[in-house]
Amino acid sequence: MEPDVATASGPTRMATMSTISRDEVARVAALARIDLRPEELDRLSGELDVIVDAIAKVSEVATPDVPATSHPLPLTNVFRDDIPQPALPVADVLAQAPSAEDGRFAVPQILGEE
Amino acid sequence: MTDDLTRLSAADLAGRLRSGEVSSVDATQAHLDRIAAVDGVVNAFLHVSTDDALRTARSVDERRAAGEELHPLAGVPIAVKDVVVTQGMPTTAGSKILEGWIPPYDATLVEKIRAAGLPILGKTNMDEFAMGSSTEHSAYGNTRNPWDLDRIPGGSGGGSAAAVAAFEAPLAIGTDTGGSIRQPGAVTGTVGVKPTYGGVSRYGLIAMASSLDQAGPVTRTVLDSALLHELIGGPDRRDSTSIPEALPAIVEAARQGATGDLTGVRVGVVTELTGEGYQEGVSARFAQSLDLLRGLGAEIVEVSCPHFEYALGAYYLIMPSEASSNLAKFDGMRFGLRVEPEEGPVTAERVMAATRGAGFGDEVKRRIILGTYALSAGYYDAYYGSAQKVRTLIQRDFAAAFAQVDVLVSPTAPTTAFRFGEKLDDPLAMYLNDVATIPANLAGVPGMSVPAGLSDDGLPVGFQILAPAKADDRMYRVGAALEAALETSWGGPLLDRAPVLPTALTEQEG
Repeated sequence: MEPDVATASGPTRMATMSTISRDEVARVAALARIDLRPEELDRLSGELDVIVDAIAKVSEVATPDVPATSHPLPLTNVFRDDIPQPALPVADVLAQAPSAEDGRFAVPQILGEE
Repeated sequence: MTDDLTRLSAADLAGRLRSGEVSSVDATQAHLDRIAAVDGVVNAFLHVSTDDALRTARSVDERRAAGEELHPLAGVPIAVKDVVVTQGMPTTAGSKILEGWIPPYDATLVEKIRAAGLPILGKTNMDEFAMGSSTEHSAYGNTRNPWDLDRIPGGSGGGSAAAVAAFEAPLAIGTDTGGSIRQPGAVTGTVGVKPTYGGVSRYGLIAMASSLDQAGPVTRTVLDSALLHELIGGPDRRDSTSIPEALPAIVEAARQGATGDLTGVRVGVVTELTGEGYQEGVSARFAQSLDLLRGLGAEIVEVSCPHFEYALGAYYLIMPSEASSNLAKFDGMRFGLRVEPEEGPVTAERVMAATRGAGFGDEVKRRIILGTYALSAGYYDAYYGSAQKVRTLIQRDFAAAFAQVDVLVSPTAPTTAFRFGEKLDDPLAMYLNDVATIPANLAGVPGMSVPAGLSDDGLPVGFQILAPAKADDRMYRVGAALEAALETSWGGPLLDRAPVLPTALTEQEG
């Protein structure tokens, strides 16, 4: 789907989306960085229709004239004085890390081969 | 039974502590003994912090003996939902990905609890990352409903509700994103309150959906909820979404309500949250509560909130979207589980995917995939954006309704507690449990569930009260009045009728 049809005025387009395919689930799982086993892919591709139903329902009333609400109560930006605060003790934080070295988190190689 | 310290309300226990009649060590030990006796069966606790609790209790007793001015709840033990971080105490959020993690800091609400001298008994079980309505999605086993051990205690905060219902703790902390405090309250015959969004700091809560999450009290009485709400609530500089003003006078409102006069209070029954889809016994108890409110002087009218039927759809777009973003921090790098891929290069990206594949349970994976899908390129406006428009419509419904009435009411949940496994294979059926509770989260308004009696199946029913944002005091007034009237009609608290739990010790008399 192209971004330009991804508006609230497209319920008919939405209604034609019947299922989310196994390939689509695999693609999104890769985006979400979650390894899924084949049987998990099978099951999830049957269970994600809930979102298609949700969008079909919501599109009935989410018309262009309705403003969006991002936040339950109206908020303005909150400022505070720029005063340095003590951070958590490094040793306490690293004690809970899967791996640490020289006062830092030890992590696997960041860049792949390609 | 009055000698059993675990049967007292928090307010009564606090009174006995203040008068010196009992010590906090005795009260805390009584609850630890109760946990040891029944939690093998109930499984409300993931961790019991015996030493920490008794240390706090001893300190409170010493300070009291020294004549120090203490918080009214000082010495009253409490249980904390495992989604709230506690320094030096394991915090898993019900997930294998955080197994063994000991947070290096306290949530703001935990800081307040510790500063007030409430011994923390331990951490309570929950659906993984608070995703569920039955606690069956915990990675650490089901919590059982004290009313019927074959049934769910609600969720996600089933552990906190069951702990309070089983007299393992007089007070507990819950969190409510779509009903996770109120629905467990309903199905366990306890009181649960979701404060106004921003009424209690979210700092130190492991976030699911940041625009919906709210922590609140889980107790056996309305007054106890007000006392705990007052302790944990208020502005916090570490949570920019906390409301920058003092809480309303909720304890006073609960005390006023308990006197039983609701003259002039207008109560609106939400048309869309009654009738079809609600179990017959649930509807019957709801109607009976309305009669009692009328008898106390309240005026009952019906109010339509036509967009509430779209709330579930909007919720299942917003919640997974925000959850997928919030849970991105579980990357296997800085805390929690790290799993390396079985084959191929060991890069950070592949370690992250392997870690999340192994560490997250089914429901968490399902919601992250849903949320990632909804937020992915080209879909954002149609999915998340449309859901945010429904939020506006629901807020307008609330505004129109509260122009006519002081509080809105409905059954808290459409059914009583269901059996384990009954809805596990049907996510939509599971999600429908929250149909009456979700609108409050989307609009940010406060909600409370009060026990309304037993359905014809002998299981508890909850009565939900909703108030305008920042008017939490209204629901405390109405809730306390209803509670008092119902307990008069029952001849005592509803939990007096709960079955006796099997204990780990051999059955003894006395």
